[in-house]
Amino acid sequence: MCGIVGLHLRDPELYPQLGQLLESMLCGVVERGPDSAGIAVYGDTRRCPEGHAAVSVLLPDGATPEGLKDALAALDPVVTPAGDTTLVAAPTGVDELVAAVRTAFPTATVIGSGRDLAVYKGTGHPRDLAATYDLAGAQGWQGLAHTRMATESAVTPEGCHPFSVGPDQCLVHNGSFSNHATIRRDLVREGVTFDSANDSEVGARYVASRLAQGEDLEKALIALRETFDGFYTLLVTSAEGFAVVRDPIACKPAVIAETDAWVAMASEFRALAPLPGIDSARLYEPEPGKVYAWTR
Amino acid sequence: MDAVARDTKHQGEHADRGAGPDNTETITFDLAETGGVRSLNAELHRPTSKSYAVQNPAGAHAIAAGIDADIAVDVHGHAGYYCAGMNDGGTVTVHGNAGTGVAENMMSGTVRVTGDASQSAGATAHGGLLIIEGSASMRCGISMKGVDIVVGGSVGSMSAFMAQAGRMVVCGDAGDGLGDSIYEARLYVRGTVGTLGADCIEKPMRDEHRAELAELLADAGLPHDPAEFRRYGSGRALYHFTSEHSGSY
Repeated sequence: MCGIVGLHLRDPELYPQLGQLLESMLCGVVERGPDSAGIAVYGDTRRCPEGHAAVSVLLPDGATPEGLKDALAALDPVVTPAGDTTLVAAPTGVDELVAAVRTAFPTATVIGSGRDLAVYKGTGHPRDLAATYDLAGAQGWQGLAHTRMATESAVTPEGCHPFSVGPDQCLVHNGSFSNHATIRRDLVREGVTFDSANDSEVGARYVASRLAQGEDLEKALIALRETFDGFYTLLVTSAEGFAVVRDPIACKPAVIAETDAWVAMASEFRALAPLPGIDSARLYEPEPGKVYAWTR
Repeated sequence: MDAVARDTKHQGEHADRGAGPDNTETITFDLAETGGVRSLNAELHRPTSKSYAVQNPAGAHAIAAGIDADIAVDVHGHAGYYCAGMNDGGTVTVHGNAGTGVAENMMSGTVRVTGDASQSAGATAHGGLLIIEGSASMRCGISMKGVDIVVGGSVGSMSAFMAQAGRMVVCGDAGDGLGDSIYEARLYVRGTVGTLGADCIEKPMRDEHRAELAELLADAGLPHDPAEFRRYGSGRALYHFTSEHSGSY
């Protein structure tokens, strides 16, 4: 079991409330995944200001956020520690900032990067982690959160979701892939490198490689459906939008709610119940094997 | 058939159990307040009234699970997983949608969902009547063992999987794999069937089938003409081990 929630805002008046709404949704899936929690927020200009790149990092043992700030001093970075995650924003390019972090700390794990995205992940109780990440204080146009009950790999910050392995991309997964080792070998042969032994990371790397080839989210997820075997409900986000797909057997739950003001997806209705206007929302379960996508 | 007789039928063999209290004043539980589902269910398991209302269900799990008395519970809003599970004689109405496993393992009584139901509605249920006015998701009536299920809309794939006894009425369409590995349940579908599962076949509608279907539709309050439905059931080819398969093991 794991819990997924995602919120794509259509009404800009709700942007300042993104974090509060996402936190209330996260609280509805705590019981589905008490091991760890991760979040991703799109469009929070306090975390990733206009003209900046943001990189989320798991620092290696012995490294400190202060040490990272000193090492990147030439880039004039803003470094914000939040539990296991350290967020670095700097007025430079995404690739340049990622390269600078890797140069400063070669064994650091980059868990997210982009021009519009802040990713946090770590182990612990999801409610505590929401406070650690200051989720309630987040604003923006889109966000997602995941609560994890580990099945395929260890309870570590690296194994926590979301997996953000391409620019401004995130993937969260409820389920388990059964042919991930085969696909991992194929991707490694193509030159892709991995940060964890997690099966969901294989899904994220696969989607990132398809997007890098110029496909959109919908096409990439159709390809994933044809390639991956196993159980999954996936929520995948990018700088353009938000997509959901379930495997053709659809053992893993998902509910979608839509109003004129927002599109939301969650593992269970109880995570959607606190949203404003839920009583008049269009509520439905995504059909097995069908890709649902929304763009800005 | 009059209403009293119908009730008796859906009470099944447990009709004499838990007649319930005499108090008919409705007791309201607001699940947004302290106590939540646990205090609601504790009351329903030792009821002091015949009538309950539940406010702000907000998708909570196990609402009104384990009732074993002739009491009525109205849930105003969307229910989460296993709502009215194991119901034995109660009348539970969800004024909204229901999550996974509504009325799972019901023994007797009536459960009505005015909206849609998620997966595995009525799973393994032995008796009673489950009415879903909207549509049901996948695996509706999986391993049903005597329950009657009437769905106003459509059902998802693998519905009535390994169904053993009871009747399922689908007024819309059925998804793929309907009645896979079915034993003796009778399935009535008004719309299209995606595919039939292993050993599930179409069977002729005889007078007794039209009669029982008319009764089920009347119980559910649905206006359809039984002549619009087709019947499906077991081909009875998977019942027994056959000697020509012995080489497979």
